[in-house]
Amino acid sequence: MALKDFPREEYVLQGNAACPGCPATMALRTVLKALGKKTVMVVPACCTAVIQSLYPKCSFDVPVMNIAFEACAAGASGIRAALDQQGKHDHTVLAWAGDGGTYDIGIQALSGALERQTNFIYICYNNQIYSNTGIQRSGATPKGAWTTTTVGGKKEFRKDMSEIIRAHHLPYAAQASASRPLDLFEKVKKAKDIKGPRYIEILAPCPPGWRFGMEKTVEMGDLAIDTGAYALFESIDDNVVFNGKSKLILEEKIKPKPIEEWIKIQGRFKHLFYPKRDEKCLAEIQEHYDQMWDRYRKEYL
Amino acid sequence: MSVMINTGNYIAAKAAVMARPQVVAAYPITPQTTLVEGIANYVENGEYTGEYICVESEHSAMTACIGASEAGSRTFTATSSHGLLLMHEMLHWAALARLPIVMCNINRVVGPGWNIWSDQNDSIAQRDTGWLQIYCSSNQEIFDTIIQSFKLAENKKIVLPVLINYDAFIISHTSMPASIPDQEEIDDFLPSFNPTWKLDVDNPIAHGTIIGSQYYEKLRRAMHDAQQDAKKLIPKIANDWEKQFGRNHGGLFEKYNCEDAEYILISMAAIGAESKVAIDNLRKQGIKIGLARLRTFRPFPSEEVVALGKQAELIVIDRNISIGSEGVMFNEIKSALYQQSDAKVTGFIAGLGGKDVPYGNIEKMCKKAIQGKTKNHQMWFGFKEDD
Repeated sequence: MALKDFPREEYVLQGNAACPGCPATMALRTVLKALGKKTVMVVPACCTAVIQSLYPKCSFDVPVMNIAFEACAAGASGIRAALDQQGKHDHTVLAWAGDGGTYDIGIQALSGALERQTNFIYICYNNQIYSNTGIQRSGATPKGAWTTTTVGGKKEFRKDMSEIIRAHHLPYAAQASASRPLDLFEKVKKAKDIKGPRYIEILAPCPPGWRFGMEKTVEMGDLAIDTGAYALFESIDDNVVFNGKSKLILEEKIKPKPIEEWIKIQGRFKHLFYPKRDEKCLAEIQEHYDQMWDRYRKEYL
Repeated sequence: MSVMINTGNYIAAKAAVMARPQVVAAYPITPQTTLVEGIANYVENGEYTGEYICVESEHSAMTACIGASEAGSRTFTATSSHGLLLMHEMLHWAALARLPIVMCNINRVVGPGWNIWSDQNDSIAQRDTGWLQIYCSSNQEIFDTIIQSFKLAENKKIVLPVLINYDAFIISHTSMPASIPDQEEIDDFLPSFNPTWKLDVDNPIAHGTIIGSQYYEKLRRAMHDAQQDAKKLIPKIANDWEKQFGRNHGGLFEKYNCEDAEYILISMAAIGAESKVAIDNLRKQGIKIGLARLRTFRPFPSEEVVALGKQAELIVIDRNISIGSEGVMFNEIKSALYQQSDAKVTGFIAGLGGKDVPYGNIEKMCKKAIQGKTKNHQMWFGFKEDD
């Protein structure tokens, strides 16, 4: 499979209201190509509510239900139930939410829908902030990152949402990156053919939120993988398999690049380098990711 | 037709299932629990074949109903008190999305402190959400109103959700006989749901996208117009029901001994039923008094209130209070009368926190009002400082 083999059909149309370089829009384009026409989408308050563009127009060529911030997975449960009653078992219900709507305000509805074995795909595009409301901290924001509500840098580490998801023992869960469309496409394709609750998180480097140039979205996503700040893996019936460079890092066949290489090119971490290096914080961040990989190796190798 | 002797909640469950919703999503809360348990029993015995989603909160119950309704299903849920309050955001959503969801709310006190008895502040606090609100005073009325409400909600001129309220325990847990029509008769009265639009992969639309004020204001206006239309449709549906089943609980008001009345008592729900005994007793004492039991709180039947005000002095009993203002029914009745009638209106706050309001006390309130013995236009019944 190569990019040229992607389906020609476009479900994210021209004229949408996304920022230039928006990873969520890139990823959604790939996701909908993988899911196809028979997809009903639920979108809570998040950037994608804006990206759709203004009433009476819409830039997505699938039916979309917009819903309140904390309510995405519950709305998907209702749609699934209705479609099943109508015999439309071949339709995919896609819940598409940001990290705020997933890690924080929407976690209760999500956990409930997963526990009820709702037959749907929940995708969290994780840009590690409340970007739509103007770059506030979320439970996914990494330690040290500037946001408008962590002006001196976030003091806490992010929560490990994938571990919380895995505790629901789903038939399918995965981490993908907006910078790796092929990997994303294949993961979504695989998820599509599995019945039950499925969860995919997509790392979505946000140019205005992370403070980098709009041409660097792909580079920023790839560097997150190369430095071990983010891992690509799949969990099928509780069996976790790492892939891409993350597999090589897990198996210690390659050493991840220092975390600094990823964060020093993002304006949101600028205060860790200027006017002088915050050695303590930088060391803590590196140690945090080292420990994450140690834990991965212990559990999944 | 058969007769079922059971509590308000179990009879509500029976009605809900006979309305054939495709999706029920609910979360348990006292005193609504026996209603959702009733539906669960119908799932188990095969009488209910739709989807029954046991969600993890009331917020998700309403959201799942919204999702199911947008996907084209008839939906039902039930809640009470804190559950209704947790739904508040999604109540606005359901109404603005123009979804004909039907929900029972068992009127219960809002905490703290914890109290599970009857009080209407839970549903009154939802008055501005756009939901139609009907208050019931017997198990038969609950059954009939649930079926009628689907017909009302799904009418192309209305397409708004309906909230059916009745008192905690006084109604929800009290057994009364109710006449239950055969399923074919219900199906004849209430055909299957045929929405004007739905989430459909062959005709993809986005619902609820960002909207400018030029459209938003029109949406609000359309909701308001639909509620005005409901003032005509609610009595019409009640009359149609009467033609088929021989019962009519009143449309916007149930009137009792109002024809020659010089005084008219206005009350709601269980106090409304209890008021009939008080009216009979006061009539025996030679007082020309009648009862107008308010069934439909939204839309608020202003025109009928004016007609009552032109006929008689009004006495209002509220089992709710807008703190810092007045009992809400009292307040709205006076607002309806403004510049239309100079009828004297005396209000009472009674029965908050589930305090019993027996007919003897209703008689006392009516007499106080008639004799002009209240210090204020509205008084708290049973408070010495107000006497």
